[in-house]
Amino acid sequence: MTKQTHIIEHKIISGWVRNGASVLDLGCGDGELLSLLINQKNVQAQGVELNEQAAHNCITAGLSVFQQDIDTGLTEYADKSVDYVILNQTLQQVKKPDFVIKEALRVGKKVIVGFPNFCYITDRFQIFFRGKVPVSSSLPYEWYDTPNLHFLSIADFKEYCRKNQITIEYEAFISKNIVVRVLPNLFGEVGLFLLSK
Amino acid sequence: MEANKQITNEKPNATQTYTFAYSPDELKLESGEKLGPITLAYETYGKLNPEKSNALLVVHALTGDSHAAGTNGWWENLIGPGKGIDTNKYFVICSNVIGGCKGSTGPSSTNPKTGKPYGLSFPLIGIGDMVEAQKRLIDHLGVEKLMSVVGGSMGGMQVLQWMVSYPYKIRSAIPIATTLNHTPQQIAFNEVGRQAVMADPDWKNGDYYGHCPPAKGLAVARMIGHITYMSDTSMTEKFGRKTRVDKEPFKFAADFEVEGYLRYRGDNFVKRFDANSYLYLTKAIDNFNLLNGHNLGNVFKGLRAKVLVIAFKSDWLYPAYQSQETVKACKLAGIEASYCELNSTYGHDSFLLETEQETKLLGDFLKTVENGGKHT
Repeated sequence: MTKQTHIIEHKIISGWVRNGASVLDLGCGDGELLSLLINQKNVQAQGVELNEQAAHNCITAGLSVFQQDIDTGLTEYADKSVDYVILNQTLQQVKKPDFVIKEALRVGKKVIVGFPNFCYITDRFQIFFRGKVPVSSSLPYEWYDTPNLHFLSIADFKEYCRKNQITIEYEAFISKNIVVRVLPNLFGEVGLFLLSK
Repeated sequence: MEANKQITNEKPNATQTYTFAYSPDELKLESGEKLGPITLAYETYGKLNPEKSNALLVVHALTGDSHAAGTNGWWENLIGPGKGIDTNKYFVICSNVIGGCKGSTGPSSTNPKTGKPYGLSFPLIGIGDMVEAQKRLIDHLGVEKLMSVVGGSMGGMQVLQWMVSYPYKIRSAIPIATTLNHTPQQIAFNEVGRQAVMADPDWKNGDYYGHCPPAKGLAVARMIGHITYMSDTSMTEKFGRKTRVDKEPFKFAADFEVEGYLRYRGDNFVKRFDANSYLYLTKAIDNFNLLNGHNLGNVFKGLRAKVLVIAFKSDWLYPAYQSQETVKACKLAGIEASYCELNSTYGHDSFLLETEQETKLLGDFLKTVENGGKHT
């Protein structure tokens, strides 16, 4: 993923989050997004991150982090106890995405989801013309070293939400450094959604 | 009350004592019994600042003492100038627990009523009593609010107890490799240790002072303890199946290095620890129970401190899930809590040995506490 996409992604998420809200970032990495949300939206931030070094970096940054596997659930959080649960660039890497989304919707009043679109136009070209599994800026891994366990498209995700009666309150699509407004499942490299149930 | 006396700390690392709870104001213990007077042996490192906002209490594990830092201090790699617990910045206090045998009042101390050692007439003490005594010491030193309380294993239990007993007296807490209460497995190991002590004919119902102490029994207890403090990996790395060079003709000699090591550690322990203290302290650990019928979410209700919980992947005596339970209790109470699981192979002993990772983590965490818990 390009740095630009990253910046726009974070900017959009920050725009969706209410001032002073509580935020739980699942798969928060070094806590970059949480730090941004603290500075811009004065949120009460908590992160969950499995990687030991990344969790340490969160502590160094003064963030509160729970080094844990989110596939085991969020039993320490009561229903609707957090304003926003964020699953940015996480969903494709968990073992049980369905369970994780449902846990996020149980704990969060709203859930923000962001993931790379597997049916982005250049990915389709790579499959169609080169006969190869796509490697791109949003999917930068080879088949043998990818942490991604699930590949989904924007259309797949919207269908999932429809089937599970999940309301999509806002959505945004990004490609490189621009916001995409037409044919997002073809031209959107990353999809972002604000969900509620 | 000598609360405002100045702490000059002219002799760093020197063990000092503080005696309180004189008759008729003896300390009322968790058991309902009374104990007094009580002496606490303690050491301090660094200087208390004029605002008295940089004091940090370090609490020791089962067989530890007040000598936490400086040469041969049990956490010397973690506490000192420029280290994780930086004595250039913080005023560090460490005291020996009551019930212990390293200068604080315990079963080997003289009972003022009889002029003889307490032995088994010493009342049962709990983790809460240790904390109560520490709180008196903190008051005596003029510290109103601790910047942090830090400790591992039984020390970690005292940290958790501080979070419950004196939530308004601490700005942060770091419980390491510990639990809200012991599981049957943990109690079982302690019970085998106690049985080993009590099965030694020299124990004599605890009345062995001035005679031969139950050395064999206490050494066996320590050997069992040591096994539980290590891990399969750390033992394999340390000993493998290596045998000793100086073999004895006896059939059941300590042929393997691991056997020699355990015997050595057992025998050495006897020289520095009182068998009755071992009984009293392991019992205090087993009886410790912060859940005690409470809902997990109510354990730390009302606490507003920043918490960092640390566990070690190879620790099978205090498995990581127990530390996660503590974090869950914090989260449910709305406390700002972090959890890190360090990838050390030393087993439960990691909290004493894995100081390189700990020193960085504690240092960084304490810095954010210093900044008023604000994001930097």
